[in-house]
Amino acid sequence: MSQTSMIPEFVTRTSFIELDGRSRAQSLFDEGTWKELIDPFDQMSSPWLPMQGIAPQADDGCIVIKGKIGGMPAVAIALEGAFQGGSIGEVSGAKMTAALDLATRDSEAGKRTAAILLLETGGVRLQEANLGLAAVAEVISSVLALRPHAPVITLIAGTVGCFGGMSLAAGVSSYIVMTREARLGLNGPEVIEQESGIDEFDASDRALIWAIHGGEQRVGMGLADALVEDDAEKIKTVIRGYVHADLLSEYRSQQVDLYRDRIAALDTSEQIDPKSLRQKWGNETTGGLR
Amino acid sequence: MSEHVGLRGRTWFQVLTEKNQPASGDPGTVLATEAQIGGQTALFLCVVPDASSRFPCVRDGQVGLEEAFTLAHHIRSFIAEDREKPTSQKRPVIAIVDVKSQAYGRREETAGIFFAAAVSADAYASARMAGHPVISLIAGQAFSGGFLTHGYQANRILAFDDSGIVIHAMHKEAAARITRRSVSELEQLGHEIAPMSYDVRDYAKLGLLHKLLHVNDPQHPTAADIQAVTLELIDAIQDSRRGPTDLSNRIQSEAARQTRKAGIAVRAALEAQWQNA
Repeated sequence: MSQTSMIPEFVTRTSFIELDGRSRAQSLFDEGTWKELIDPFDQMSSPWLPMQGIAPQADDGCIVIKGKIGGMPAVAIALEGAFQGGSIGEVSGAKMTAALDLATRDSEAGKRTAAILLLETGGVRLQEANLGLAAVAEVISSVLALRPHAPVITLIAGTVGCFGGMSLAAGVSSYIVMTREARLGLNGPEVIEQESGIDEFDASDRALIWAIHGGEQRVGMGLADALVEDDAEKIKTVIRGYVHADLLSEYRSQQVDLYRDRIAALDTSEQIDPKSLRQKWGNETTGGLR
Repeated sequence: MSEHVGLRGRTWFQVLTEKNQPASGDPGTVLATEAQIGGQTALFLCVVPDASSRFPCVRDGQVGLEEAFTLAHHIRSFIAEDREKPTSQKRPVIAIVDVKSQAYGRREETAGIFFAAAVSADAYASARMAGHPVISLIAGQAFSGGFLTHGYQANRILAFDDSGIVIHAMHKEAAARITRRSVSELEQLGHEIAPMSYDVRDYAKLGLLHKLLHVNDPQHPTAADIQAVTLELIDAIQDSRRGPTDLSNRIQSEAARQTRKAGIAVRAALEAQWQNA
């Protein structure tokens, strides 16, 4: 038996999830082609957090990197889940919107520039409440402005997951890529338990949480496009594929009547079983582990 | 206050369109109709409470799966009907907003409410980007994912100048719990920090609103109130026809230049660095 075959794959691979937001974004680009925009030395941080006795961060938890992926122009925007839960404030939101708008401008001028959103976020930063909510509306608008010109790829690796308003930004993306450890939903389990009671959602039931919000389920039911292993090289390859992909003639979030009919067909007299929903909605063209 | 969610929305839908029943085939939680305003036909949309909804978590005026897809369906049909028209003749879409929140339910999460909300936001934004003037009239509450789904993609946002109007990311009790404050601390903070405030006059300081409208009692409008609000809606339609179809007006107002200084500086810096990267 050769030595290499005795070493399991997970020993040699680079975990993507263990990287911070900045390293994740960097890892997607061709070597030597990327540059961070408004880096921490520019000191553009939240003006609202210090007013409330909370330490701001020099990048406001949002990292913007521009460069080339497989030779094509791209911009990656990462939310750092470790800072204030990846929450969206005025500054981080403006970084996202501005980067998307500039990608649109370049794309319209003939230099197709894809955007990759690395979303680890609980949603709106409550200390900046209404400016965070407004920022989410603007990010959604800017994603939709870019989408006809260049791919917008949402990558959710975990472990924070993508919740709250930013889940709508994921929902309007051209493609969503997730790991098994990633979660995607509008309301996190704790919020539902708090608002609607433990009978509605038991937030301590981890199996239930992953059955509903987990990457395998979201890809399996056709609401996300690719399930990837927690492997930086493999993720890079999948993202490169989408950066190079042809533009689509119709995006999932335009398929109103298909999903309206699917919702109309649901039996709501009891809770919906995630597994059977996956079988009903599952799209055979998605769902494979890459 | 919360027991009145939806009543004002329904009232204003009724006085502006002379209808108050869901269209055939629609759930009881969505009011949608075409009606005349200022000599043109507009699509009016409103989400209302329905105690008999088959989705329990939307019965108090929340926005859930059926609501999002129904809104999107009407907007997409409207866009399709106007596809061949020149931009100047695309008809307006008017969202009357009085929503408690998004639906906080397990059924909704399982069936992908994040996606349903995205579909509706996409439809509203697509109407705006196609040249339809999209106007939101906030008649009551506009909370969080409910507002993102229904109304926040508008070219112009109007709201009543009234203590019953609340525009926010999360209701007070939950926001207090999550940020580890008492409700009174949170209210106090709102007076000092405009984006945290639950008062619509503080919201107006953010520069996101087109106008605050003065109506004595939004739940019981007089004929004069209705006429005045109608004129304001027509004015907002005309104003948005003159402007760009993106949301850039939200950072260009005088108020935004003050309150959203940090975000505006970020945009300028990013643009400057983008060229050389």
